Amino acid sequence: MKKMSLMMLVMTYLASCTQNEQVNLHAAESKRTDKTLIYCSEGSPSGFNPQITEDATSINAENPYYNRLVTIQRGTTNVVADLASSWSISKDQKEYTFVLRKDVKFHTTANFKPTRNMNADDVLFSFNRQRLKDHPYHKVGGGNYLYFEAMEMDIIQDIQKVNDSTVKFFLKRPDSVFLANLTMEFASILSAEYADAMMKAKTPDKVDTMPVGTGPFVFKSYQKDSVIRYEANPEYYGAIKPQVERLVILITPDASVRTQKIKAGECHIIAEPSIADRKIFENDSNLKTYSMTGLNMTYLAFNTKKKPFDNLLVRKAIFHALNRGAYIDAIFHGMGELAESAVPPATWGFNNNLPTYEYDIQKSKQLLAKAGMPNGFSTEIWALPVTRPYNPDGRKMAEMMQADLAKVGIKVKIVTFDWPTFLAKSRNGEHSMLMFGWISDNGDPDSFLYTQLSCSGAEAGSNRAFWCFKPYNDIVEKAKRVSDIQQRTELYMDAQKIFKEQLPWVPLASAKAFRVTRKNVTGYVMDPLGRDFFDGVNYQ
Amino acid sequence: MIRYSLKKLALLAITFLGLSIVAFSLIRMVPGDPVLMMLGERGASPESYAEMKATLGLDQPYIKQFGLFIWHAVHGDLGNSIVSNQSVVREFFDRFPATLELSVVALLFAMMVGLPLGIIAAIKRNTFFDYAFMGVSLVGYSMPIFWWGLILILVASVNVFDLPFFGWTPVSGRISPMFEIDSVTGFLFIDVWFSKDSWAAFWDALKHVLLPAIAMGTIPLAVIARMTRSSLLEVLGEDYIRTAKAKGLSTRRVIMVHALRNAMIPIVTVIGLSFGMVIKGAILTETIFSWPGIGRWLVNSVTSLDYPVIQGGVLLIGMAIVVVNLIVDLAYLWIDPKLRDAHDRSK
Repeated sequence: MKKMSLMMLVMTYLASCTQNEQVNLHAAESKRTDKTLIYCSEGSPSGFNPQITEDATSINAENPYYNRLVTIQRGTTNVVADLASSWSISKDQKEYTFVLRKDVKFHTTANFKPTRNMNADDVLFSFNRQRLKDHPYHKVGGGNYLYFEAMEMDIIQDIQKVNDSTVKFFLKRPDSVFLANLTMEFASILSAEYADAMMKAKTPDKVDTMPVGTGPFVFKSYQKDSVIRYEANPEYYGAIKPQVERLVILITPDASVRTQKIKAGECHIIAEPSIADRKIFENDSNLKTYSMTGLNMTYLAFNTKKKPFDNLLVRKAIFHALNRGAYIDAIFHGMGELAESAVPPATWGFNNNLPTYEYDIQKSKQLLAKAGMPNGFSTEIWALPVTRPYNPDGRKMAEMMQADLAKVGIKVKIVTFDWPTFLAKSRNGEHSMLMFGWISDNGDPDSFLYTQLSCSGAEAGSNRAFWCFKPYNDIVEKAKRVSDIQQRTELYMDAQKIFKEQLPWVPLASAKAFRVTRKNVTGYVMDPLGRDFFDGVNYQ
Repeated sequence: MIRYSLKKLALLAITFLGLSIVAFSLIRMVPGDPVLMMLGERGASPESYAEMKATLGLDQPYIKQFGLFIWHAVHGDLGNSIVSNQSVVREFFDRFPATLELSVVALLFAMMVGLPLGIIAAIKRNTFFDYAFMGVSLVGYSMPIFWWGLILILVASVNVFDLPFFGWTPVSGRISPMFEIDSVTGFLFIDVWFSKDSWAAFWDALKHVLLPAIAMGTIPLAVIARMTRSSLLEVLGEDYIRTAKAKGLSTRRVIMVHALRNAMIPIVTVIGLSFGMVIKGAILTETIFSWPGIGRWLVNSVTSLDYPVIQGGVLLIGMAIVVVNLIVDLAYLWIDPKLRDAHDRSK
C-alpha cells in the first residue's frame, strides 16, 4: 500500500512537472514562433524545381520562392505582370517581347550570394534548360520536363536576349494560350548565375535541391518527409509582402490527423482538408472555412467513334436519364457544383446561357425509341479507379449512373482498371463510356475546350470522346490564334453552344476547393487553381 | 561463437538473393506502368514516353533489368528514385534513423510493460490480475494500428474526454517545428544535444515519440506479455524451482534468478521477431503520426509505382530484419549455457 501511494505521488509529481514544463515550453515557443506561419501539407514534395516536378504538393512548396514573367492575379484567372514589367505581342502573334523589372534580387543563401539583379540571362537559362537537349543543365535532375512538354512549349522557335532587361520569344505559330502558359510553375525563373556557380563547383544538382529564387520567402532547409523551412525575403519586390518572419510547411499526410492538428492549434492552415470533416470545422469557433468552385470538371465521355454513341439521340437520351443532382450530395457531400458546360463556371469565357437537359426518364425513353432502341442496349462505363480532385468517388458515381440508366433499359457493366492502364486504354479509345475529368492548368478556357474536345486532341488521345466536329473545331482553332480577350470570349461562348448541342460528354460537376485556417489567420486568399500562397498571410 | 557468426553471415548472401527476387518480382506483379502513372491525365507523345522508359531502363527485358539490379546492388547502388531522382540508398539512410529510433522506443515500451505484466500474470495465475492482464493484451493484439493511433491522438492529445493529466502530447510529428535540429546522426535523441535548448528539445522529442511508440508497441507488448506468462509458468513447474523454494529462497529470488533466465529463451525469440512486427507497424504508424521514416516512404513509393525505391527499400528492410535475427541467435548462446556447450561440442 505504501509503495502504491509512493507511486501515485511520483506520477502526480511527474504529471505536474509535465504541465509546468509545457507551460514554460509554450511560453518559450510563443516567443520563438512569433511570426512563424505553419502550413500542414498533405505530402512530401517530389522535388524543389518546378521545371521537373508537376504535382500540387510540390508546387505549393515551390511557390514561396519562385516567380514567373507573368502570373495569375490572386483569386482570379487574369494574367498580370510579375517579373516582367510589361510585354507586347507582334501583329502576326508570333513574337512576344518582355521588358523585365530591374529591381529584382535573387535570394542570398548559405550556398550563394548573387552579384547582380535578375536579368535576361536568367530567363534564357530557365527556358533553354528545358527546351534544348544539348544544354549543360538539360540532363541534370533526370531530363524529364513533363509540364513543358505537355503544354506544347516546343512551340518556341527561339528566345533572344535583346538587352539585359528585354527578352524576345519567337513562336513557330500563333498561340494565344502562350501567355497563360507562362504563368505556370514550370515557367519559373531560376538564377543563371547560381547555376553557373554550381556547375563550376561540380554540384549542379544543388540548383534543384537547394533552390535560389526571387519570391517572398527564401528556402532554408528540408528535413525529408517532415518539415520545410523558409524565411521571409526582406528584399522582395512584389506588392504583397510576406507578413511573417518564417514559414514552416509541416508534412502531415493523414487528413484526419490534419483535422486534429488544426483543432489543437498545431497548424495555421491545412492543405486538402477532408470534406467528411466539414461539419467539425464549421462547428469549431477557432477555425475559419473557405470554399470556391475550382477550375476542374468531372464528366462522362461518350466514345463517339463507337456505336451507338455516334448517335446524338442516344447521347441526349443518356443525359436525360442521369439524375446528376443526386451525385452532388452523395459523392461531393454538397461540395460540388452541377456542370452545364465543358468549362468550369469560374473560367473566363464561361457561357451561362446554355440549355439544360433535365432529368426526365420518359424523355430519355422516347429518345431511345427514336434512335431505334426502344428496349435500350448493353454497354460499359469505365469507372474512375482513383480519387481525383474533380471526383472523390468514381466507383460510387458509376454505380449511381448504372442504376439510373437501368431505369431506361440501358444495362451497364462497370469496368475498372488500375490508374495507368485506365489512362493508356482510354487514350487508345478502347472504352464506350468513360468517367474522366480535368483540372485547368492555367485558367484559360483552351485547357478544356481545345485540349479535350478538338480534332487534334482526338488524334492525340487527350480528347477522350474522340469527337471531331468541324464547326466546333474551326472555332477553337481560331480562338487559339486571336489574342484579344473579348474576341476569344465570344468564340468560346459559341464553342460551348455547339458542345451542348452535340453532347460529346455529359458534364457532371465541378468540385469546390475547400480550405481551413485558424480563425486568427488573416490575408489568406483562395486560389481557383487550388494552390496555396503565403505572402500576405498573417495571424493575430 | 565467431565461427557460428560467420556461418550465419554466409547464409545472409542466400537470403539477399531470395529477397532480391521477391522484391524485384513482387512490384512488377502490381498492375500499372510507372511512366504512365507519372504522366497522369495529361500524358505525353509516344516518343517522349519511349524516351522516359529508356532513361529509367524500363524498356529492357525483365531478366536484364534484374541482372542489372543485382549487379548494381552488390556494388552498393540501388538506383535512383523515379519520382525524386535521388539515390535510393541515400533516401533510405536519411529516413532509417527515424524508424529505428521509433522502433527501439516502441520495443522498449513493449518490453518494459509486457515483461512485468507477463510475470505478474504468471505469479498470480488464475486470479483477477491474470485474467485482466491477459484480456487487455488480447485486445491490444487485436487492435488495428491506424484505429488505435487515432484513438490515442483523440484521447491523449486532443483530450476529447477532458481528462486530467491529458492533452499535453502533440498530435503528430517528430519534434515541434520551433526546434531547428541539424541532422548529425539522424537520431533525434542524439542530435538534440548538438543544438541550443538541448533539454527543451529533448523533452519535446520525447513527448512526440510517446504516442507513436505506444501505437506501434502495443501488439509486441501483447505478444511479449503472453509469451512471458506461458514460458514462466512452464519453468515454474520444474523440479529445480521446487528445490529452490524448498531451500527457503525468497519468491523474488526464485523468479528473478532461477525461473526468469530459463524462461527467457522463447521471450528473446519473440522480442527478436517483434522487430519485424514493429517495422511492419511502422508503415501505418508513420503515416498516422506524420513520422518521417521508411514506412511512409515505402507507402508513397507503392502508390507512385516507384520501382527502384520499392525493390531497394524492401531489400534493405529485409536485410535489417535478418541482421536482428542474427543478433537474437547470438543472444541465445549468451543466455543459455546449454546451447553454448552444445555448440562448442559440435566444433
